[in-house]
Amino acid sequence: MKPKIAAQSGTFESSDVIFLIEPLPDNSGRKLDISSTVMQQYGSSFNRIVTEMLDEYQMTDIHLIAKDKGALEPTIKARLETAINRSMERQEGTL
Amino acid sequence: MLYIPGNNPAMIQQGGVYGADSILLDLEDAVALNQKDAARTLVRNMIKVVDFYDAEVCVRVNHLSTPFGLADLETIVPLQPSAIRYPKTESAEEVAELLKIIERIEDRHGLPHNKMTLHAMIETAMGVQNVFNIASMFRRVDAITIGGQDLTADMNIVYTADGVGIDFARKRIVMAAKASHIDVIDTVFPDVNDEEGLRRETEYAKKIGFTGKAVINPRQIDIIHDVFTPTEEEIRKAYHIVKEFRMNTAAGIGVFAIDGKMVDAPVVSRAEYILKLANVTVG
Amino acid sequence: MLNSLGREIPEYIEGIGKLEPFQGALAKLRKGWMSEPTIPAPNRAYLPHQSKLCKSLEEAILRSNPHNGMTVSFHHHLRNGDILLVQTLTILHNMGIREITLASSSLNECHDPILPYLKDRTVTRIFSSGIRNQLGRAIALGILDTPVVIHSHGGRVRGIHTGKIKIDLAIIPASAADCEGNATGSHGKSAFGSIGYAVIDARYAKEVIVVTDNLVDYPCIPLSISQNFIDHVVVVDSIGDASKIATGTTRITKSPMDLRIAKIAADVIEHSGFFVPGFAFQVGAGGASLAVAKFIREKMKTKGIKGSFMLGGITSYCVDMLNDGLFETIFDVQSFDAVVSNSLLNNRRHIEIPAALYANPFNCGCITNKIDVVVLGALEIDVDFNVNVITGSEGYIRGASGGHSDTASGAKLTVVVCPSFRGRIPIIKKRVHTIVTPGETVHVLVTERGICVNPMFPELEENLKRAGLNVKDIHDLEIEVDKITGIPGPLEYTDKIVGIVEYRDGTIIDVIHQIKEK
Repeated sequence: MKPKIAAQSGTFESSDVIFLIEPLPDNSGRKLDISSTVMQQYGSSFNRIVTEMLDEYQMTDIHLIAKDKGALEPTIKARLETAINRSMERQEGTL
Repeated sequence: MLYIPGNNPAMIQQGGVYGADSILLDLEDAVALNQKDAARTLVRNMIKVVDFYDAEVCVRVNHLSTPFGLADLETIVPLQPSAIRYPKTESAEEVAELLKIIERIEDRHGLPHNKMTLHAMIETAMGVQNVFNIASMFRRVDAITIGGQDLTADMNIVYTADGVGIDFARKRIVMAAKASHIDVIDTVFPDVNDEEGLRRETEYAKKIGFTGKAVINPRQIDIIHDVFTPTEEEIRKAYHIVKEFRMNTAAGIGVFAIDGKMVDAPVVSRAEYILKLANVTVG
Repeated sequence: MLNSLGREIPEYIEGIGKLEPFQGALAKLRKGWMSEPTIPAPNRAYLPHQSKLCKSLEEAILRSNPHNGMTVSFHHHLRNGDILLVQTLTILHNMGIREITLASSSLNECHDPILPYLKDRTVTRIFSSGIRNQLGRAIALGILDTPVVIHSHGGRVRGIHTGKIKIDLAIIPASAADCEGNATGSHGKSAFGSIGYAVIDARYAKEVIVVTDNLVDYPCIPLSISQNFIDHVVVVDSIGDASKIATGTTRITKSPMDLRIAKIAADVIEHSGFFVPGFAFQVGAGGASLAVAKFIREKMKTKGIKGSFMLGGITSYCVDMLNDGLFETIFDVQSFDAVVSNSLLNNRRHIEIPAALYANPFNCGCITNKIDVVVLGALEIDVDFNVNVITGSEGYIRGASGGHSDTASGAKLTVVVCPSFRGRIPIIKKRVHTIVTPGETVHVLVTERGICVNPMFPELEENLKRAGLNVKDIHDLEIEVDKITGIPGPLEYTDKIVGIVEYRDGTIIDVIHQIKEK
């Protein structure tokens, strides 16, 4: 699936991560730009989480930017889920 | 009872380390309107993973009249935290409606109806007027609390540090809780830097019958514990009373005296309560 | 060869010499004297009324026999407000002097501007208790051929006595001085309090320059530094940025986490068995460590306990406790804020001490030997209680050994306070990157998630458990924290050694390897 709109979730606070999602033209696959204050120690696990979730939601033609400030795994997953849902315009109950 | 904003991962992941008796993950007033979805998802993920140690975990959901209330319940109820805290509760009918929705969700997930409890927040004049019904009519309501800021707003008065405006409400809510044998938690003290003021207000709350107090900053926890925890002197005295009582009961004596003061059933039951708070057993 | 903590230590390093592996905190002291000979201090003679005043720092340096391969020393009492270290090295660089050994008692962020001089070989060797920021990063990435030597405050004095650090020129900034070089940091517009770390430099350097922005009429008292060791005196407009030298007063942290850890640490101290009348106490100046003093102060008042002395880096908070009558004396080797300078100057129970008296292991007893309770921080700690205060999670040098291992070795109760993880990185490790303070001198670790007692001290563990405190096995806590954060991937090192960490007795407790940049 392709994101319908550009969307964002998370904050720049410590222990949080910000995700930005933009739709890309058809058949351009995924483009990931991930930066993290703990890249050396957790870079590969961060990449794995993102890839697994994008697979799970079958996201494609997506440009994803992540700026991580040491978020724990449940936070990373929550923020990404929120960003995906917002980009698919299926987040209910938000003004 | 420590309030933690539901959209703040740094605070949630550390929630259990401050020694609060319970953690309140807040999806309501502490979360901006455009972040309700993010907070709900974050709280859901965190509850599953984070160890809050000995603290009870409660979640304050949004009111059902908002676009978020139902979605909050759909997400949180299946996780069965210790309690759901419901804001601006105004009537028994409203609680009955809420419980119906909760139980429907629980049924869908094959969950029991008797595990998670409900804390009703009294934050409006109408809620204060109906508080006894709210407190007494439902087995699942095991605590009520007063929300000072919202209540003064509803009353169109200014919230003052001396708490005069909500004094009647405080006492009425305490009485409803006592009559229903449930816990009653005082409102937060907003000025984090005023330790003396916090101590004064907590002492007052304890004196009029509250069993606990909510805090907005972990730094406030120690003072509240300090006030609500019985002193060594009180514990020693209570221990003495309960021990004497048991010995006298065993010997068939009903009423007796300690230090020239008569000890009867209410004195003993208060002493037992103190020992319970202090985690002391009479051997 | 392996040292007693299992760290591989080379036998010889070019530019440093033969290395002796660490064999235990007290192993070398048991002998009763230092094996290495003490080198004689230089001697010289001055004529009556010969002037020491120089027109500029350049002139003073020119008169001090600058030469290639020289060792230049500094003190770090001006902390991040120091400007003279950079100025001096710039002057030497412009004179074409090369291959300088820099021996500063510590290095801060404000010294980043010397980075080009490391690149162009103006500076080729460094001795310091701490290195931070860009310098620490560049050194960890291998900018110098010869490894830097990290020493403790006490170990630096020993290093100078033995000639391992052979100072050719000492630059001593002072906030007040007279024409003969009597100098102090306790008054003047750039007051910084105690000048304790510089005393040994004055004694042992071949040439000593006192630099001041406040020349006072002879004599300048107190004689924190005395004229019989001073060659030249320079007056400059400013010795540093006063706003960075000393803040007005030190405030207790408002961070709930630091306060929580501090509260638990104070409970640990209270129930340790060492919280008794007459106890001697040292706390650090930052975060949770200083906050412990706040809670201890309350406990001392409630329990009516009066202590003996406070030691070390002194904050306004320590001064308040002295003035409250909670302690009899302050021994001050380094002062952290303006209020402290005043107290040092005016209160005779607030005593300035040199680094040798503070912490040098090789004399008839330094004051750290008399500490009952010390509270220290950590960048990392491992399940054997070894503490790292020098390299950060990315492997860069970003801290200071300071008095950490000195005080830990002397105290009856060494309490290490730190959060269990920082920015997702767990602080409790199976093995720390770099050992600065050996586990045998650390009694207890306090984190927000539990207290861990070193199994070498079972009585302490029993005391704390009896008091109902949340004592956990450090292995369990390590696993608990890893579960929260996830296990971090390992750092990648090369074989090149970029730093060696000296224990206070001169043996090598660990080495720092070059980081592979990704």
